[in-house]
Amino acid sequence: MSTESQKLVEMRGITKRYPGVVANEDVTFDVEYGEVHTLLGENGAGKSTLMKILFGLTPADEGEVLLRGEPISISSPADAIDARIGMVHQHFMLVQPLTVAENVALGLRSGRRPFTDLDVVSKRIHELSEAHGLAVDPSTEVWRLSVGERQRVEILKALYRDAELLVLDEPTAVLTPQEVDDLFVILRHMVDDGRGLIFISHKLHEVMSLSDRITVLRNGRVVGSTTPAESTRESLAEMMVGREVLLTPRKPVLAAGRPRLSIRDLSITGDRGAVSVDNLSVEVHAGEILGVAGVSGNGQRELAEAIAGLRPVDAGTIQIDGTDITRATTASRREAGLAYVPEERMRDGAIGEFTVSENLVLVNHGSSEFAKRGLFSHAAIRKHSEDKVNEYGVKTPTVDTPTSSLSGGNIQKVIMARELGVKPGILLACQPTRGVDIGSAEYIHRRLIEQRSEGAGTLLISEDLDEVLGLADRIAVMFEGRIVAIVDAADAKREAIGLMMAGVLDD
Amino acid sequence: MGDFFTASVLVATIASGVRLATPYLLAGLGETIGQKSGVLNLGVDGVMQLSAFFAYYTVLKTGNLWYGSLAAIGVGLVMGLIYAVITIEFEATQGISGIGIFILGLGLSDLLFRELVGTPKPIRRLPSVDIPLLSDIPKVGEALFQHNLLTYTAFVFVPLSVLLLSRTTFGLNVRAVGENPHAADSLGVSVERTRYAAILIGNAMAGLAGAALVLGLGIFQPNLTQGLGFIAVALVYFGSWRPAGVMAGALLYGMVNATVLQWKALNIIPVSGSVLANMAPAVITIVALAFLARRGSAPAALSQPFSRH
Ligand SMILES: Nc1ncnc2c1ncn2[C@@H]1O[C@H](COP(=O)(O)OP(=O)(O)OP(=O)(O)O)[C@@H](O)[C@H]1O
Ligand SMILES: [Mg+2]
Repeated sequence: MSTESQKLVEMRGITKRYPGVVANEDVTFDVEYGEVHTLLGENGAGKSTLMKILFGLTPADEGEVLLRGEPISISSPADAIDARIGMVHQHFMLVQPLTVAENVALGLRSGRRPFTDLDVVSKRIHELSEAHGLAVDPSTEVWRLSVGERQRVEILKALYRDAELLVLDEPTAVLTPQEVDDLFVILRHMVDDGRGLIFISHKLHEVMSLSDRITVLRNGRVVGSTTPAESTRESLAEMMVGREVLLTPRKPVLAAGRPRLSIRDLSITGDRGAVSVDNLSVEVHAGEILGVAGVSGNGQRELAEAIAGLRPVDAGTIQIDGTDITRATTASRREAGLAYVPEERMRDGAIGEFTVSENLVLVNHGSSEFAKRGLFSHAAIRKHSEDKVNEYGVKTPTVDTPTSSLSGGNIQKVIMARELGVKPGILLACQPTRGVDIGSAEYIHRRLIEQRSEGAGTLLISEDLDEVLGLADRIAVMFEGRIVAIVDAADAKREAIGLMMAGVLDD
Repeated sequence: MGDFFTASVLVATIASGVRLATPYLLAGLGETIGQKSGVLNLGVDGVMQLSAFFAYYTVLKTGNLWYGSLAAIGVGLVMGLIYAVITIEFEATQGISGIGIFILGLGLSDLLFRELVGTPKPIRRLPSVDIPLLSDIPKVGEALFQHNLLTYTAFVFVPLSVLLLSRTTFGLNVRAVGENPHAADSLGVSVERTRYAAILIGNAMAGLAGAALVLGLGIFQPNLTQGLGFIAVALVYFGSWRPAGVMAGALLYGMVNATVLQWKALNIIPVSGSVLANMAPAVITIVALAFLARRGSAPAALSQPFSRH
């Protein structure tokens, strides 16, 4: 396929400065034909920035890019696509009111110009989803899809365009273990075809299983390269963070207390008009973390939104500490002690144009701590924000930086800091460490365990089965809108839960 | 009141309603396309006035109604280009820039009229063209199929804009760019080019709306629209960004307007002291639409300038 020396892509001496941060400093990085090269690094290390430069989304201040041995200037995504570079972005790049087929067709040359050829595109999507096990209906509007399904659409978009160099910026953050396995089979196929792949993930076992080479970035610089054969998860973690990391959380044994969140006979209609939560009952007790495991699209999102007050319920009740909140406003739910970490952080969790500091006090800026006689006490807000930023290790130049300019994992940390900061009675956490680096995930897990010890109840909805297994006291498996089993985490087996998530039950 | 409900008066009222709806339908459809791409254009009224003047002036000088219409489209395109450069190249706030275009159109048409024409002189009006067969249907034919060509054009543009927005690649780009320009950009769709095109199409239609207004009246006077071009912007909201909705709104406005005129003619309401009656059509339309309109949601990126971070 290639001469021995010619690389598919070479980035040389790339430097990129943003106000107050050097996102990339003299980074040299390459990908060979037929290779998966993983970029590893903490939140804010500069991985996405490097990839945005490669894809023409932002210009580098210094450095050059060689594609197939030739210097190339990529100043827009259109240039990158012409050069057969594809990218699955860290945050969804989907047009919500458009259908899956329309999202895929966007920017493609239609065979029936000036008209679209959506039927042709849909047919090809069907073929691709059959071939790769990426089930998704081309005629559904994207806003109706779960995040897992949206991720599939993003991957389909890239597959459809048949890129030779494919960048995947945290494509697995919202996928289930089974989906990840399927994806890796597809990716391996692509690589065996001689294509090159750049992979970014915070999940070390994925990195170990998929990569041919691994390059670690820290604070914008390359700190080293290695291969899975030469490393262990622990050594990678240490290389990234610069200290030893505890990969499995340790939690004290607690006796479960009184019920704090009680859900009875809850039924909810989903966006597609079908029943998405079906007569579901469950209780979360004080001092307990109840993990909900399930393939995305089985009602978890609707359940979470109903508890948070963002979606009406058809029947049933939701109580916090005995108070009925089934139809309460979001504000009175918060007063009742609910905190909420939504799965879609950019849409529901933070306001991008607001500063880090404003987002940190978003739920309680009216409290006496931050406001006096209706006016903000800026000093108190600033002090609080700076404390939180330090405590959670949020990488941001200042607390007055617009939140949208933070790296993905750092935005997640801002949300976690805010929601845990209010000392909730009930914490509803959806994918709490999605996209968070292992060092910070360790910290967030520790905080989750701490507030568990303080008597809070936690409903943890996560597609990261390792996270659920590591943190939860009990695991509820959700399938087609019902809880099909609740097992004690102590005697839960990964494989058994995986099977139940797929609807296979043996009793 | 009884006089109003005679068949001939009703038919005449409907016919005049359709005629009065035409400019707002044209401008509203144009505004819809612009807004679908994420660009709010508050300058429609100014564009209508200036193109109305140029249409008038061209017909005055050449006697040719089609040259007049073309001149109006040309003015729309030039104004659109100015607006596009201001809002896309310089990323200026769309709301204020649109008001600027409105004032420019209003002031310039007034100035040019006084400099070049002075006292209003009538010009030829667009003749009505009977549609063969259809216009022979009793009553209905007279109400709907005996209009001028720009009126037919406006109504033909309704399905055409539906087709453009929902079936063409350009329409797909427009919708994507209006909802999530970053996503469109990441797939190689040029946000700038798409918005330029949408603005130009929208303003060309506003220009044609000016022509329809002045060539329907056969006379120009300063501040011809009396600010009613803004109705076109309102129609887009009430029509939930759908051409059919815009058409329904424009027709409602036209009908209310025609009814008021007819009532005045029949002395059902007094002609003098009719400030209220003059305002009535706009007010009634807006109130009615506010209640009737189906809640649609605005394009998510409406009025936001685009730039890559
Ligand atoms: N548009 C921007 N404006 C200002 N600063 C930015 C911008 N984009 C990124 N940064 C900064 O550049 C640094 C690197 O960010 P980047 O998104 O590349 O990190 P990352 O390695 O992808 O992190 P994560 O794992 O959280 O996604 C961060 O400190 C971030 O705050
Ligand atoms: Mg990133």
